[in-house]
Amino acid sequence: MPTIRINAQQSTGQTPHSLGLNLSWSKSAQSAITSLLARYPAERSRSALIPLLHLAQREFGGWLSVDAMQLVADTLGLPYIRVYEVASFYTMFNLQPLGKHHIQVCTNCACLIRGSDEIVKEVKATTGLTSSGQTTADGEFTFTEVECLGACVAAPMMQVTHSTGGIHYFTNLDAKKTREILKSLREKGEADKFADTPPAEVDPISHGKYAK
Amino acid sequence: MSLPRLQPQDMCFPNLAGAGDWGIKGYQKRGGYEGLKALLQTAPKDHIEKLKQSSLRGRGGAGFPTGMKWSFMPQPAPDKPLTKPSYLVCNADEGEPGTCKDRDILRFDPHTLVEGMIVGCYCLNAKVGYIYVRGEYYDESSRLNQAIQEAYKAGFLGKNILGTGVDVDVHVHLGAGAYICGEETALLESLEGKKGQPRLKPPFPAGFGLYGCPTTINNVETIAQVPPILKNPLEWFTRWGRPGNSGTKIFSISGSVKNPINVEAPMSIPLRELIEEYAGGVTGGWSNLQAIIPGGSSTPMLNAEQSARVLMDFDALKAEGTGLGTAAIVVMNKQIDLLRVMTRISHFYHHESCGQCTPCREGVGWVHRLMERLSAGEGTPAELDQLYALTKKIEGRTICAFADGAMWPVQGTLKHFRNLLESRLNKGEAA
Repeated sequence: MPTIRINAQQSTGQTPHSLGLNLSWSKSAQSAITSLLARYPAERSRSALIPLLHLAQREFGGWLSVDAMQLVADTLGLPYIRVYEVASFYTMFNLQPLGKHHIQVCTNCACLIRGSDEIVKEVKATTGLTSSGQTTADGEFTFTEVECLGACVAAPMMQVTHSTGGIHYFTNLDAKKTREILKSLREKGEADKFADTPPAEVDPISHGKYAK
Repeated sequence: MSLPRLQPQDMCFPNLAGAGDWGIKGYQKRGGYEGLKALLQTAPKDHIEKLKQSSLRGRGGAGFPTGMKWSFMPQPAPDKPLTKPSYLVCNADEGEPGTCKDRDILRFDPHTLVEGMIVGCYCLNAKVGYIYVRGEYYDESSRLNQAIQEAYKAGFLGKNILGTGVDVDVHVHLGAGAYICGEETALLESLEGKKGQPRLKPPFPAGFGLYGCPTTINNVETIAQVPPILKNPLEWFTRWGRPGNSGTKIFSISGSVKNPINVEAPMSIPLRELIEEYAGGVTGGWSNLQAIIPGGSSTPMLNAEQSARVLMDFDALKAEGTGLGTAAIVVMNKQIDLLRVMTRISHFYHHESCGQCTPCREGVGWVHRLMERLSAGEGTPAELDQLYALTKKIEGRTICAFADGAMWPVQGTLKHFRNLLESRLNKGEAA
């Protein structure tokens, strides 16, 4: 978006070449695609683009390679550029690989007032990262400062996205709780007991059974 | 004298705090889906007429009268059937900093929205309704999806609902993290699988919306409030608030207060009463108040003196030079570095500009960088006037209202807290 002029290399991400991964959808993804497409008028399958990008991101390691975007383009019968322009527009689509757990700390007004500085400091200290957008050398964590996530009455808060899918809110944070969440993520790969909202049984992306 | 607290039978969202069961059983126990069949057997124009009389105004920020919006949609006549399908789209792309009410509706009372979608689709002759939920609300949309599946199972959704001959399908569409998709035409673009860049209006969505078909877009809270308004006598809703601002409303109170909270309260409640009665008061007491953002980050802030007297409704806040917006109240006490908060908000708009119109794409960045410099004590007092002039050159010169919303908080800062900026500049010069 507007940062293109300043940091073209960084914000557009990757080389425009495919990696030769030769990707294909899993069985479960295929049936999810069938049910997703059924939600829109037959001649309007492009509407399923964002849902399919979510699905692809989860299928292929938490980011969208050129190959993954090409697969989505082929599935919907769209030119690659139509997929790429959408994937690069929305912040939730990652055009570069991230760590296993993407730690996103809100630092917008309500969280800032209620002490997001302390949370950012704690995340940096625990992970050893020094600025937003970095990933740890062991590939465990990526840290990003993000915009308002809509949990302002439970500020400060952060969101964790797992590369295998699943996005959880962690609210009413302090330094200690943040440390415990990060510890649990590193040791057990999840921190569900700290999560703010236990999900229901339906998966938001595939609409099948909830995938952790 | 303070207003009475709402009892559960007065509320549209009795489970907003999440104390009870959010599933269909809990919702039906609270009276949900009762009388739905009767609603689907009454003529849509009667419903729309009642909505007009209720003076329900859109809860998503603009405050447009909902009944009027719905009356713009084409209705079939015996000799003139509709040629295109109609759509109802629910805007659950909640992203305005400070706003968090829809999230609690989605996770604690999702069936209020599902029932609203059923009634709304019926009133607008829509067979399909889409709920556009921001992508970050992952666990919340899991619950909403489950609520929809429960409603299908119980026969409240699908073909021939409760034997009335009404068909409604409702689908959840997950967004992917773009604040601008909360703008209604950007949302439609996004729903069509494109970049979320707003469309020029006219044509308005009621004539040319989703897939070029007649479409109405409403906020979660607005749609969810429709069934209780239609089921109860008109007086049930209009007894709250001043004329033209009736009803109850969810207020999200965050920032420097003892107990940040989402609470449903009568419209036109005094701001001070709202904060002291429901949120435990300003941290450090009312006298420690510095400023309040009354309706989400786009609305200019109120100073302490205005905050003490203002009523929380569309017209009263407009008279103070600001707006009710989404009724997201962000309180800042005197310990908060107000300039830092406002600079952070400028950063937000800089990040979220969709890049379509030049004044916004370039200008919001200039304003952000100027705010950074000035709040750090660099620059000259003359630049304050330059900043103000700049905001006036951006405001109103773009396709959508995003740039206006990005400029108003800066103008509000200059209006009420120019002295803060000036004293910081003087210090900067001294150093």
